[in-house]
Amino acid sequence: MSEFNRRKFLEGSAGVAAAIGAGSALFATSAQAQTIAFKPEKGAKLRVLRWSRFVQGDIDQYMKNVAKFTEKTGIEVRVDNEGWEDVRPKAAVAANTGAGPDIILSTNDDANLYPEKLLDVTDLAEYLGKKYGGWYPACEAYLRPDGKKWLGLALGAAGSMMVYRQSHLKAAGFDAFPKTNDEFLKMLRALKDKGTPGGFALGNATGDSLWTNWLVWSFGGKLVDKDNKVVIDSPETIKALEFGKEMYATFVPGTLSWLDPNNNKAFLDGQISVTNNGISIYYAAKNSQDPKVKEMAADINHASFPIGPVGVPTESHLFFNQMVMKYTKYPQAAKEFLRFMMEWEQFDPWLSAAGGYIAQPLAGYEKSAVWTVDPKNTPYRDSVKHMRPTGYAGKLGYASAGAGADFIVANMVAEAASGQKTPKEAAERAQKRAERYYRV
Amino acid sequence: MRANGKSTMLEKLQNSRNALGLIFMLPAAVLLLVFLTYPLGLGTWLGFTDAKVGRSGVWIGLENYEFLWNDSVTRLALFNTLFYTAVASIVKFFLGLWLAILLNRNLRFKTFFRAVILLPYIVPTALSAIAFWWLYDAQFSVISWVLTRLGLIDRYIDFLGEPWNARFSTIAANVWRGVPFVAITLLAGLQTISPSYYEASAIDGASPWQQFRHVTLPLLTPIIAVVMTFSVLFTFTDFQLIYVITRGGPLNATHLMATLSFQRAISGGALGEGAAISIAMVPFLLAAIMFSYFGLQRRAWQQGGSDK
Repeated sequence: MSEFNRRKFLEGSAGVAAAIGAGSALFATSAQAQTIAFKPEKGAKLRVLRWSRFVQGDIDQYMKNVAKFTEKTGIEVRVDNEGWEDVRPKAAVAANTGAGPDIILSTNDDANLYPEKLLDVTDLAEYLGKKYGGWYPACEAYLRPDGKKWLGLALGAAGSMMVYRQSHLKAAGFDAFPKTNDEFLKMLRALKDKGTPGGFALGNATGDSLWTNWLVWSFGGKLVDKDNKVVIDSPETIKALEFGKEMYATFVPGTLSWLDPNNNKAFLDGQISVTNNGISIYYAAKNSQDPKVKEMAADINHASFPIGPVGVPTESHLFFNQMVMKYTKYPQAAKEFLRFMMEWEQFDPWLSAAGGYIAQPLAGYEKSAVWTVDPKNTPYRDSVKHMRPTGYAGKLGYASAGAGADFIVANMVAEAASGQKTPKEAAERAQKRAERYYRV
Repeated sequence: MRANGKSTMLEKLQNSRNALGLIFMLPAAVLLLVFLTYPLGLGTWLGFTDAKVGRSGVWIGLENYEFLWNDSVTRLALFNTLFYTAVASIVKFFLGLWLAILLNRNLRFKTFFRAVILLPYIVPTALSAIAFWWLYDAQFSVISWVLTRLGLIDRYIDFLGEPWNARFSTIAANVWRGVPFVAITLLAGLQTISPSYYEASAIDGASPWQQFRHVTLPLLTPIIAVVMTFSVLFTFTDFQLIYVITRGGPLNATHLMATLSFQRAISGGALGEGAAISIAMVPFLLAAIMFSYFGLQRRAWQQGGSDK
């Protein structure tokens, strides 16, 4: 993260503090002070391609907002839904062929694959940033790679947090969720001794294996440095892998085979006391027809990932973009649409409807009611704030996308944790694999 | 004058067997060209470029293949694929042959059993894969549950978490799915064998084994060759089972060429590299076809003779 970004962010945070002080009325006043005018083209029609769907509330409210936009502007908007992993190839093909949806909601480093095919939205991003307390640093890392031009707007992230059973932690001697890695390991060991172990996915799980990024980063290891030089084979990584090995020794059996749904099932069945996940486990429990599972909801709580020796949060979440394609015939209408969707009147209800599954990219939305209506939602509030981009600390693009999709870090942690390779061997192998992606 | 010339052309055309033949073959040829040759050609071309999803590439010659040759994951995937295909095909062949022979006898409810045997083949692969995924689940496996209840094991079997367990588990799922195809096709083959051969050999005092070895097997080889060719091709290119059950894990122990190709090309965006992995499968598939055509379909061997 460059100094520039951090400074920018601090400015933003100061804005938030002011906003909280002044109360919600501030947004109304600043909206007047801070206006931006997009003039939608005559006869404009928009097509939006978006990922779907983690929670039904998200899509329902999104469509309500879309309908509101159409009512207000007369612009017809067609929204197509795709599974989030299918958006990447479709978006790439659209970018390349120059035909398709006008706006695409994509994930992670998609915007960095074809930056020259995306409409510059700097004016809009700056307007929203000023109005809503500033974009978090991770958003800038993804969408403003040169520190000047915005390739798209951040939409937020699906936070993956620590999900745990309060009663089990208490029984193991922990009143609150540990804040540091050392305490965290102690807790895992105590949980195992009590016969209520934890479990974290070590299979080729696209979402839930992201905790392995946290592990490596929290000890100061990283895949590449600022100049995209592969530096994963480092003493810091080895330390992280040794720590991972200690963690693995406390896990429930079978985590090497776990894909994304496994930890949800095991947790809801009471077989594990702690794992990393979106808010979905809690929601499934809260809304379950099974009284036993429903009862469990009261015992479930969430926490941020512990902080390792580097001393700062090093979380890894699924990030969402909003890209306006350069080929669109209606750039003004598209920008107006995104502006409308990101304004408090639409974005706040949308965050609430998503029930904490999606965290905001703009600091101003930290005061959205969704984060306080249920105190168990609160840890998810800071997902984007505490997040590092995939491919940290290098530049994002095809190399980072390829290395991520190939599970290089996840495989390395799994190899070392399970003892199939020594930490050194695993790190060397990851180094070799990553170098192939970052070769040019 | 002109109209006259036209009609004679048309008449000529209608009377020419060769021209008509070509015209009648045209729809099929177009289909093949558009949906088979073109994609295959494009795939081959992509394999020699550094194309990414959404970005056309430039010619880089054999670079992808050099890269893959030195890539430990690709090598592992090649080994996995060969192992998976070899073991699954052999097991499917013997199980299928055995089932076919059983079903060829005069059983009670013969048609019922024949229908039932096809069930695994009828169920969509993705569905049966999900069923196996549950059977093999680290926490909820019904197999482990039954065995622990019976007191045979004291902890759940790690079906998909240990590399060799995972390989054999996925092979078992593939066999379950593939056996009906082999069994029913071989059954069809068995029914074409005239009973008179068996009667004649029985009169000569042949034992059941001798009948099988010298009557059934030689007459069945053409069918076996075709069935096994298809079976090997389907198994070698398997994707759905692996993608649903393990996504290639644990530690890439069950990644096949097809799943790795998808992971690299679509999820990872490296279209050229993914295409190269797919194309690298072609020589193996060709070898399987050659083997069955030139190896198993030799007349002398089929007619009970031996190679000279």
